[in-house]
Amino acid sequence: MVRSARATRGATAAADEDMVQLLAPSGERVTHPEYDLEPSDDEARGLYRDMVIIRRCDVEMTALQRQGQLALWAPLRGQEAAQIGAGRALAPDDFCFPGYREHGIAWCRGITPEQSARSFRQVTNGGWDPYEHNYAEPSIVIGNNVVNAVGYAMGVQHDGAESAVMACTGDGGMSEGDVAEAFVWAAVFQAPIVFLLQNNQWAISEPTERQSRIPLCRRADGFGFPGVRVDGNDVFAMLAVTRAALARAREGSGPTLLEAFTYRMGAHTTSDDPTRYRVDTEVEDWLQRDPVERLHRYLVAAGAADEAWTAEIDAEADGIASRLRDAVVALRGPSPASIFDHVYAEPHPLVDEERAQMVALLGAEDAGSLK
Amino acid sequence: MTELTLAKAINEGLRKAMEDNPKVLLMGEDIGRLGGVFRVTDGLQKDFGEQRVIDSPLGESGIVGTSVGLAIRGYRPVSEIQFDGFVYPAFDQLVSQVAKQHARSEGAITLSLVVRIPYGGGIGAVEHHSESPEAYFAHTAGLRVVSPSTPNDGFWMVRQAIECDDPVLFLEPKCRYWEKGEVDEAAPPSGLFEAAVRRVGTDATLVAYGPSVKTCLKAAEVAQGEGRSLEVIDLRSISPLDADTVARSVEKTGRLLIAHEAPVFGGMGAEIAARLTERCFYSLSAPPLRVGGYHTPYPPSRVEEDYLPNIDRLLDALDRAFEF
Repeated sequence: MVRSARATRGATAAADEDMVQLLAPSGERVTHPEYDLEPSDDEARGLYRDMVIIRRCDVEMTALQRQGQLALWAPLRGQEAAQIGAGRALAPDDFCFPGYREHGIAWCRGITPEQSARSFRQVTNGGWDPYEHNYAEPSIVIGNNVVNAVGYAMGVQHDGAESAVMACTGDGGMSEGDVAEAFVWAAVFQAPIVFLLQNNQWAISEPTERQSRIPLCRRADGFGFPGVRVDGNDVFAMLAVTRAALARAREGSGPTLLEAFTYRMGAHTTSDDPTRYRVDTEVEDWLQRDPVERLHRYLVAAGAADEAWTAEIDAEADGIASRLRDAVVALRGPSPASIFDHVYAEPHPLVDEERAQMVALLGAEDAGSLK
Repeated sequence: MTELTLAKAINEGLRKAMEDNPKVLLMGEDIGRLGGVFRVTDGLQKDFGEQRVIDSPLGESGIVGTSVGLAIRGYRPVSEIQFDGFVYPAFDQLVSQVAKQHARSEGAITLSLVVRIPYGGGIGAVEHHSESPEAYFAHTAGLRVVSPSTPNDGFWMVRQAIECDDPVLFLEPKCRYWEKGEVDEAAPPSGLFEAAVRRVGTDATLVAYGPSVKTCLKAAEVAQGEGRSLEVIDLRSISPLDADTVARSVEKTGRLLIAHEAPVFGGMGAEIAARLTERCFYSLSAPPLRVGGYHTPYPPSRVEEDYLPNIDRLLDALDRAFEF
C-alpha cells in the first residue's frame, strides 16, 4: 500500500525508494537489516584496485577515441562500483550477457581492456570467445540481450546446473518491449537469472523520468519477482546484494531485478555532448558520491591503505593504460575477405561466390591483408 | 512408404528429431497441450514432456529471443510462430541476434535453431493470417530460409533444418497442410538447400516454392493441353538459392516464369529474375516474368483468389513470354 501511495503522489523514477547501502559517501560503514558484507582488507583493496584500473583505462580509451584510434567509446566513469560489485559477485560458471558499457564486468570476467577495445576500434563486432569467459559478446540493440539471457538461463535450468545468469540493461532499456518479455519469461519459468539494471539516470539525453513514473526496481512487483534498489556507487552493497541474488537464482528461487542507482559522469558515448541536456550542478552533486573516492576513504580510515599503497595502485593502473594504448594502436584487422568467414557455419554458395568476386577484384593479397 | 498429410509429416519429422537428439526443444504458443493451432506438434508434449515441448507465453520476440539463449547454451530449439503475420515482433531478434551471433563471435557461437512459421494464404482467414514474409528474411545474411511443398519434404526438411548448424526459418505452406503424399522414411530426397525439378519440360521454366509449386504443376498440366511443355522447379530453399538447377533449366527452355504469393515488388522473383538474366542472358527468348501478390496489403480473403498466383494468371504470363 505504501508503495502505491508513493507512486500516486506523483513520485518519479528517482523517488525516495529505499536503497541498500553499506558504505556511506563519507566512507563510513552503515548497516542494513538484510544485507551485510564483511570484506577482508585484501578483498576491499582488490575492489579498489579493480575500480582504479577500469577508471584509468576508461580515460585512456576516451583519449584514444579523440586521437582517432577508436571509432567510438562508451565511457563508464561513475559506474565503477556498480560494475565491479556485480562482476565480482559472479562465479566462474555463471554467464553474463552485457550491453556495450560493461567494461568493468568484462574486466572481472578476465577480458582484457584491449579485448574490450576491439569492437570500438572496429576490428571486429565481438572481441572475445564467449565460452572462454562465460561472457556474451557486446550487445548494442537495447533489450535484445536480456531476452537472450533468459533463454540461456532456461538452458541452465534444463541442464540441472547450479549456476546463474546475469543480464545487463539500463534505465532506457526498461522501456523496451524485449525487457518486458524477458521479465515475463523469467518469472513464468522461474529462470535462474539476475537482471542488473544500471540506472545511470540518463538514456543519452533523456532522464529516467522519461522512462518511468515509479522507481524502476518496483517494476519487478508486477512480474512477480523481487526488485531491489542498491546504491550503485557503493561497491560493498553491490557485491552483497548481487551475491544474494545470484545465490537465490542458483538455488532455484527465480529471478531478481537489481536496480543499481548510479550516475553516468561522462557522455553517453564520445559522440555525445551532455552539456546540451543536463546541468553542471547535477554532475557536481554526484561527484560527492563518487564510488572510487568513497572506497578510498573507507580503506584509509580502516588503515588498509596509505599514500604509498595508493600511489602503487595508481602506478599499476598507469602501466596497464600505457600498455593498453600500445596494444590498441597496434590492433589491425579485419581483412576485406574475412567478412565472409563466419556469416554461416556451414557452406553457403552465395557467400562463396561473393568472396570469389571480391578476391578477383582486389587480388588475393589485398583481400587477405589486415586493414 | 507411408501416406501422410504435410502437417502430420512435419509432426513425424519433429518427433524423429526429438528422439535422435535430446538437445532438441520445442517452444511456441499453444504447441503443447493443444498441439498447435494446426496440430503440427500434436501429441509431442504428451510423449516428450513439458520440459521439451514448452507452451510459451505470448510474445514472439520472447520466443525467438529465448531460443537464441538456449542455442548459445547448446540446445537446438525449434520455435513456432503461430502465423506469418505475427512474426514481426520477433523481427528484431531475427535480424539483430539470430542472423548475427555467429559472425559477431567470429565463429565461436554456432546458433542452431529453427523458427517454424505457417505462411501464405488461400485458407479464407482474417487479416495477418495469410502473409508471405520470406523476402525480408532472405535479404538478411546469416539466416537460411526454406519451404517444403510436399509431405516427404516436410518430414525430411524439418529434420535437416534441425541438424543444420545455422539458423533456419522453416516456412510451412499452411494451405497445403492437409494435402496427402507419400513419405519415404528410408532416405532424404536430397540436401536441404537443393532445388527439385518437379516436372520436366522444354518450352518454359516455372520456378516456385511452398504453396505455389502445386499451382504451377496444375498450370503446366493445362499448358500441356495447349501444346506447351513446361518445366516446374520447386526451389525448396529460398536462401541459399539453388541457382544452378534453375540455370540448367532456363538454358534449355529459354523462358522463365517465377511464381510466389508474396508481392512481386522487391520479392524473391526479382532476385531470381536478375540472377538468372545475368547467367542465362543469351539463352533467354523473353525477359523473365513474375506472377505474385499485388502491391497491396494482403486483401480480405473474399478476394484472395484474385490476389494470389493462380492458373489463369500463370497462363497469361506464359502467353506474354511467348509474345517476345
